[in-house]
Amino acid sequence: MNGDKVFFGLSRAAGVFVLLLTLGIGVFLAVTAVPALRENTANFFTTQQWLPDANPPAFGIAALAFGTVMTAIIAMVLAVPVGTGIALFVAIYAKPTLGKVVAFLVDLLAAVPSIIFGLWGLEFLMGNMIGVSAWLDTWFGWIPLFANDQDVYTRSIFIAGVVLAIMIIPTISAVTREVFVQTPQGHVEAALALGATRWEMIRMVVFPYSRPGMISAAMLGLGRALGETIAVALLLSALFEINWHITEPGGNTFAANIALKWNEAGSIGLSALVASGLVLFLITLAVNMAARLIVARKRDFVEGH
Amino acid sequence: MAKRIDISDLDAYYGNFLAVEDVNLAIEPRQVTAFIGPSGCGKSTLLRTLNRMHEVIPGAYVDGKVAFDGEDIYAEDVDPVNVRRLIGMVFQRPNPFPTMSIAGNVVAGLKLDRGRKVKKSEFDDIVERSLRGANLWDEVKDRLDRPGAGLSGGQQQRLCIARAIAVQPQVLLMDEPCSALDPISTLAIEDLVRELREDYTIVIVTHNMQQAARISDTTAFFNLAAVGEPGKLIEAGPTQQMFSNPANKATEDYVTGRFG
Ligand SMILES: Nc1ncnc2c1ncn2[C@@H]1O[C@H](COP(=O)(O)OP(=O)(O)O)[C@@H](O)[C@H]1O
Ligand SMILES: [Mg+2]
Repeated sequence: MNGDKVFFGLSRAAGVFVLLLTLGIGVFLAVTAVPALRENTANFFTTQQWLPDANPPAFGIAALAFGTVMTAIIAMVLAVPVGTGIALFVAIYAKPTLGKVVAFLVDLLAAVPSIIFGLWGLEFLMGNMIGVSAWLDTWFGWIPLFANDQDVYTRSIFIAGVVLAIMIIPTISAVTREVFVQTPQGHVEAALALGATRWEMIRMVVFPYSRPGMISAAMLGLGRALGETIAVALLLSALFEINWHITEPGGNTFAANIALKWNEAGSIGLSALVASGLVLFLITLAVNMAARLIVARKRDFVEGH
Repeated sequence: MAKRIDISDLDAYYGNFLAVEDVNLAIEPRQVTAFIGPSGCGKSTLLRTLNRMHEVIPGAYVDGKVAFDGEDIYAEDVDPVNVRRLIGMVFQRPNPFPTMSIAGNVVAGLKLDRGRKVKKSEFDDIVERSLRGANLWDEVKDRLDRPGAGLSGGQQQRLCIARAIAVQPQVLLMDEPCSALDPISTLAIEDLVRELREDYTIVIVTHNMQQAARISDTTAFFNLAAVGEPGKLIEAGPTQQMFSNPANKATEDYVTGRFG
């Protein structure tokens, strides 16, 4: 048996193992979730309350899904442009030495545990963001999203989204930077020689060439934002209602709810939390597959066959 | 449209390294000027100083003057982006944009934010004219929306020439455009250069002496004393004279194939 065959066998075994593991997790979640879903007297998808250990049990994921998706959207809207901007600065605009320093600092930030971000968000950012939320209310209050009828600006989905954004910016910018520097110098020079400004060169060559990698980077960040537990649990006031006024206190996410409720949950309560976990699992799976499809389509064209 | 280029007292550096020293050379419009000389003598470097692409490399800079019809392109108030828009460049390795179609590659330069905007409706005409100009039209006219990267090496290089002439530059710089190509593609490009000379000032770097003899009107020979020493212009003159009766011994040795 030659080396190639051994390697092929090993990598195929690893692939099959990962597939089985993912499937196994899904099956475990589904089986564990069944008792609670059987007992549930409310609609699992549309109910905005969480009383699995009441008699009769009544719970649903509507508010969790809303909070999870909304915080993730806010995080992505802020983190993708900022992370991409930092990556462009480091890879293209900055002098090599300054670029290396900034890249190093960003990498450091990527290694900070999320509990630290949560504490920092709670103790520092939340107080300092009141002004921003109030400003949004004053000037953009006519957009329902930014209206604030309670005049309380803390513990909101908005703050949680901002903290998540700051958490995932390092990931996004580190990955995008690696992709940007891969742009072949020949294509960069072709664009510049045509008389492109640096920004035109970036749009003409760097972005198209890097698009699959940029999507992967965004998905990595999104995965982290969707699954983030502790930082969000610290920040939100854990209400089970859908509130489109994102700067008002309230909101909850799948991951944070599981962390907060796990210790006090009875047997149906645990099973219900697992059911919510299953939904989160399926959402992340779907997001990843969608991203993979987009990446695969783009790559076809890059390679030109 | 074609412009004359006057290079005076030009030094080109990579950081502290002086790569090309004290070049004085006049490049006539509507002629093909060939740069020849052994590897590492600074032909590519000098070529890239003519459209300010040299300074794209971190730490690289020049000292001296390059005038286009008398106007110094290194004057304080000149934006290198504007210089490059007047000058087309074809590189050693064909480099069509991989994410663009054939037609998209041709009009890539026209989509830049130029002073004179070109209307989208003119794009089709320009694509055809430029591809015809690059002798590529017949081969690709049925697949203009296919990726440019799917063409053969020689076709890709002609696509790059089409892209360069689509913006109607005044000067065309070519850095060993045939060195990565097969003999048939090489002949196709050489024919093309002879045709393009009617409209453009062309400067071509080549390590192929026969090629210089076949297609150029003027030849400039560069040499360097030793590796690590700067490259220098040894002599320049009408191609025929450079190959039959050069003034300098080193030129004679080089064109007769005794070194290089
Ligand atoms: N990007 C670069 N950085 C540093 N030195 C370079 C760079 N490109 C070329 N050089 C050096 O400049 C000299 C001239 O190179 P070049 O202009 O490429 O020569 P030629 O095209 O005649 O072969 C060589 O000594 C080469 O090593
Ligand atoms: Mg060269």
